[in-house]
Amino acid sequence: MKARSFSTTVLSFGLAFLYVPLIVVMVYSFNASKLVTVWAGFSTQWYGELLSDGQLLGAAGNSVIVALLSASLAAVVGTATGYALARFGRFRGRAILTGTVAVPLVLPDVIAGLSLLLLFVALEQAFSWMPGRGIFTIVIAHTTLTMAYVAVIVQARLVGMDRDVEEAAADLGAKPFTVFRLITLPMIKPAIIAGWLLAFVLSLDDLVIASFVSGPQSTTLPMVVYSSIRLGVSPKINALATVLIITTFVLLALAAWIGRNTLKSK
Amino acid sequence: MTRRAAVLALPWLWAALFLLLPLALVLKISFAEAQVSVPPYSDFFERLDGAIVGVKTTFANYQLLFSDSLYVRAYFSSSWIAFVSTLLTLLLGYPMAYAIARAPAQRRNLLLVLIILPFWTSFLVRIYAWMGLLRPTGIINTALQSLGMIDAPLQLLNTSGAVYLGIVYAYLPFMVLPLYARLEKLDGALLEAAADLGAKPWQVFLHVTLPLSLPGVLAGCLLVFIPAVGEFVIPDLLGGADTLMIGKVLWAEFFSNRDWPMSAAVTMVLLVVLVAPIMLFQALQPRTDQRP
Repeated sequence: MKARSFSTTVLSFGLAFLYVPLIVVMVYSFNASKLVTVWAGFSTQWYGELLSDGQLLGAAGNSVIVALLSASLAAVVGTATGYALARFGRFRGRAILTGTVAVPLVLPDVIAGLSLLLLFVALEQAFSWMPGRGIFTIVIAHTTLTMAYVAVIVQARLVGMDRDVEEAAADLGAKPFTVFRLITLPMIKPAIIAGWLLAFVLSLDDLVIASFVSGPQSTTLPMVVYSSIRLGVSPKINALATVLIITTFVLLALAAWIGRNTLKSK
Repeated sequence: MTRRAAVLALPWLWAALFLLLPLALVLKISFAEAQVSVPPYSDFFERLDGAIVGVKTTFANYQLLFSDSLYVRAYFSSSWIAFVSTLLTLLLGYPMAYAIARAPAQRRNLLLVLIILPFWTSFLVRIYAWMGLLRPTGIINTALQSLGMIDAPLQLLNTSGAVYLGIVYAYLPFMVLPLYARLEKLDGALLEAAADLGAKPWQVFLHVTLPLSLPGVLAGCLLVFIPAVGEFVIPDLLGGADTLMIGKVLWAEFFSNRDWPMSAAVTMVLLVVLVAPIMLFQALQPRTDQRP
């Protein structure tokens, strides 16, 4: 009993630890004063300044495009990987494939960033591929890392899933691709959507890898945020941070709502 | 078999081209010399009138790496900071995961969502939030001063302590989730049996709960430790000038000194430092090639 009340206390403390800093940022984004700590009344002027910052909006646009493309690519490659790992049993090169799933989950960003940059430079030298680097190189870099998350989620879903329906369909004469399209795919759809969403958020959030592989023309939102954070705390960044926090929460609530509705309609 | 090959082709191609080849290139370029050209490193092959007559490699980058104490200290200091932060994350994360696993079933999902939510919000924003709290004119210092507990603002930001705090804060969900996955599966009957046989609560924990949750402990620790060793953003924004971490050194080597071969050598050694933990992590991944 004592152990339980101790752990519950730590849990409450831990949750407060996680949320208090975010709440403080959000509250101070409405501060009228330029001095971030002194409260001088409610104001939304910093949000107005955000909307008139062309550089910021352009970078945000780039980030969304990169995130949409890389999350979709990651969903395809990741699902194929997760499917192979869950359904193909033992096959040649399995260890390498498990490696490509496990390694990106923990690989420090600086290693991933530098190694991919060297690849893009080498490709440019050898074949004039992706000259100058830009949105496209960031998309590939992000896909490489986020496909691992999709693969893990899809694989977990497939392993926990009963194979009887798939086997029944196969016994009744359905071709493997038909089984996949009509049985497997609908069953792992929630996992693919969850993986896509995770890939999208991870891509939107990445600073280090994008800094390495992006060209001079393509700046993403985290790169702009980072360079302004380095100059110090400002109410305008508080407002931007609040927008980012709220956007994530709304996206997640939407995802949860879609998930619940698809379950209901079954 | 060919159908399998068709499914496998894409993951295979992707892994080879964008994961293995890049690392091979890092190895190659770590033996090159920096020079003013595009790209800024010497050619691997020695050419004479267009024909390859040999390979040109230099160990100079690695020699500098091991003779200049900056690099060696940075590797040790990164590993130490990551180790301590991992330990702190475990100390905070274990009771949290335990409490969630023991909570009533209908509340567990809500608690899990609360743990995961911050992980979905921007990493930069979360670190930025702490910059606001820890600054000399930040909330913590202002509060302490107005309570009369301190006269002058404490130096909280740009210290090693702030880096530990940042890592614990940023990576806490990675610790709690694998721990929870383990603790949730724990058979309550085992705990009751131990208690019935006269074990005190701390004995039950030490001899039953803890050993059974060890795989989760290990997975959580590796998920925190490995990325933390190479962390750049946290030491850069929260750490001080004396906070030496290899991610920062690598960043400066690449973006400020523009020495690509040296950056490659720093990366190679970092990879070697992390090979053992990464392989351990991979070995821990659940085997799913057999039916349960």
